Amino acid sequence: MLLAVLTDLHANREALEACLAHAQERQAEQYAFLGDLIGYGADPSWVLDTVINYVGRGAYVLMGNHDLGVLQADRKDMNANARAVVEWTRGQLNDYQKEFIRNLPMQIELDNVLLVHANAWAPEKWEYVDGVMEAGRSMNATQAQITFCGHVHRPSLYHMSHAGKVGEFTPVSDLSMSLSKLRRWLVQPGSVGQPRDGNPAACYALYDTVQRELSFFRVPYDAETASQKVLEAGLPAVLAQRLIQGG
Amino acid sequence: MSNNLPKSPNQSASFTAPISEQAGNKSSEQSAASSEKPSSPRRLQVGMVVDGYRLEEKLHMGGMAALWRITDLQERYRSPEGELPALIMKVPLMFSIEDPTAIVAFEVEQMIMPKLKGKHVPRYYGAGDFDAQPFIVMEHIEGVSLRARFDDSPLPVEEVVSVGIRVAAALQDLHRQHVIHLDLKPSNIMFRAGGAAVLIDYGLSRHDKLPDLLGEEFRLPMGTGPYIAPEQVLGIRNEPRSDQFSLGVLLYHLATGERPFGHPTSVSGLKKRLYRDPIPPRDHNPAIPDWLQEIILRCLEVDPSARFDTAAQLGLMLQNPDQLSLTARAEKSGKDGLLSVLKRRFHAAGVEPFAKYSMSDQLSQSPIIMVALHLSESNTELTDDIRMLTRRMLQTEPGARLACVTIRKTSRIGLDEGIVQGGQNMHVKQLVELKHWARSLQVSKDKITFHVLEAHDAAAAIIDYAHNNNVDQIIIGSRGSSTLRRYLGSVSAQVVAEAECTVTVVKQRRE
Repeated sequence: MLLAVLTDLHANREALEACLAHAQERQAEQYAFLGDLIGYGADPSWVLDTVINYVGRGAYVLMGNHDLGVLQADRKDMNANARAVVEWTRGQLNDYQKEFIRNLPMQIELDNVLLVHANAWAPEKWEYVDGVMEAGRSMNATQAQITFCGHVHRPSLYHMSHAGKVGEFTPVSDLSMSLSKLRRWLVQPGSVGQPRDGNPAACYALYDTVQRELSFFRVPYDAETASQKVLEAGLPAVLAQRLIQGG
Repeated sequence: MSNNLPKSPNQSASFTAPISEQAGNKSSEQSAASSEKPSSPRRLQVGMVVDGYRLEEKLHMGGMAALWRITDLQERYRSPEGELPALIMKVPLMFSIEDPTAIVAFEVEQMIMPKLKGKHVPRYYGAGDFDAQPFIVMEHIEGVSLRARFDDSPLPVEEVVSVGIRVAAALQDLHRQHVIHLDLKPSNIMFRAGGAAVLIDYGLSRHDKLPDLLGEEFRLPMGTGPYIAPEQVLGIRNEPRSDQFSLGVLLYHLATGERPFGHPTSVSGLKKRLYRDPIPPRDHNPAIPDWLQEIILRCLEVDPSARFDTAAQLGLMLQNPDQLSLTARAEKSGKDGLLSVLKRRFHAAGVEPFAKYSMSDQLSQSPIIMVALHLSESNTELTDDIRMLTRRMLQTEPGARLACVTIRKTSRIGLDEGIVQGGQNMHVKQLVELKHWARSLQVSKDKITFHVLEAHDAAAAIIDYAHNNNVDQIIIGSRGSSTLRRYLGSVSAQVVAEAECTVTVVKQRRE
């Protein structure tokens, strides 16, 4: 089965459309959305409806910290920009959409594959996997051989051998690689809706669960329009700028 | 753990071990992954069927893997012409599970081989599941490895050069596919019936665009004692010119019958090559021409940037030794004096690993650009335009090497002595003209070569030359379209249609 893994959509319609079209062209058979469907971007309602539509067709979807944020009264732990967007986003959503978010799971385990938004050791605490130490901690916290997670808006591939050594790799777009069964893997496809590695192109990954072939992709999309919409919605200008610069 | 050369002349299956007694630093941190060790595979025997492949004959047993000749009972790789490929199965010896290198090397090979294409690598057909029986199925390359020729060294110079040209072409092809072999040695080189070199065993290799599982796992040098490059000794695994060093060792051995750096097995023994220069090949074998010594010693330079920029440029020089600018290396006799060795040793003691390069960057910065010229007085405007374009190319790619080529038309019929003499004069005249054309480009001598090709079919000669010398780009002029040219077809059009590389056509401006 060819699984498309998309994470950190962040209400970016243009980026999500581009990634979904890209995945469909490559005959993706199943979809997983690893949370942070909303927040930052100007199209939360459209993005949620689209994800709900995919769930109706069997897609997996997880809770992210920004999704949870709109359900909570005041998120003092969030930075000012994120809080401003959460407030705005809450006003954009209908009750059905909020109810959908309320019921999202924190993690899903498929056959030997763990899907989680932030990390495997304490998914609800939203700590980042942003180095080999954290990646090792996460891989050791699950029985699954392959973990897909988001939260960090940069594409990365971590791997851990039998000896427990963890390696980090910055993936190259559009090159498939087979994931050896002799080690653990932690895959961060990178963000669909708000990449932060200096490259504004949207990120997602395709994984063939039978052949164990993984491909990362960078998908160029109309970031100017997405950025313009952020400004028009009255959201912080820095968030609009971020889409153009990719970080 | 041993790092001996495999004894068998057959296609070697052995993974080279890291050069260390205890390569796998057992982490104190107990990993969950370690609970998933693959179950012990069955003992393989002739006649046994594994995943639809029948084991026919054990071809080779190495330290880390066994090689079996197999028959695919399901005939899954039948070609469109109905032929079934000759196959072998490489099976890692998983009882060496305590030796992490064997496993990681197998993972590396399984990751890299499916990415490789072309005649210089064994074709990859498939891999077996690690849960049941891990294996890789690949093309069976007939014949014996270059290892078999080593016992007869020193070999005639022509044979040494021919091996060098063919292996350099294979390396260039591999590097172009983003892979550095990192364990080039005689037992890992085979030859197809047509003569093309095939590089086997990718257990220590590095793919520029895939995770380096070995580099992450082991901090100690990995390679084979006699052949490992100095930067590999320091743990650098992304320098394509490391393969050039190994090829230099191999050519040295074939030409002299001696190993330039012996056969060290300890890390300190390996580090010696960072400061101790080898005995010049001609001291061993005076029959070796100075230009070959120049080429071999240049491959063996400690600093990768002092070697040839690319394997293609090395191949070009082996094919055109008269174009090589000789340095002190060519005439060197005896090893360097104690003082300079001590200086280098002092320097080597504190040496940091060399700056890291991306392989694709390096290859793209050192292209071979071929300019095909037709020099005659009637088209100086066109050759001026070609020179202008060439200058622009050289400005953007200062590492480029320029090969200036012109064609001297010959008839197909044999020539008598007098005409040959005249031809010789003609040849020199054209060479002089070529050099004159290039003079104002001010390319340094070691970055430019000149060739007068004698051929009946100019386009075919240009295409052949580009192919044989791994040319990256051809610049050629087009003299516009006369009726006759349309009828006969122009040289440039044929080159554009048939060359394997990029072709830039400079057109004569129409009035």
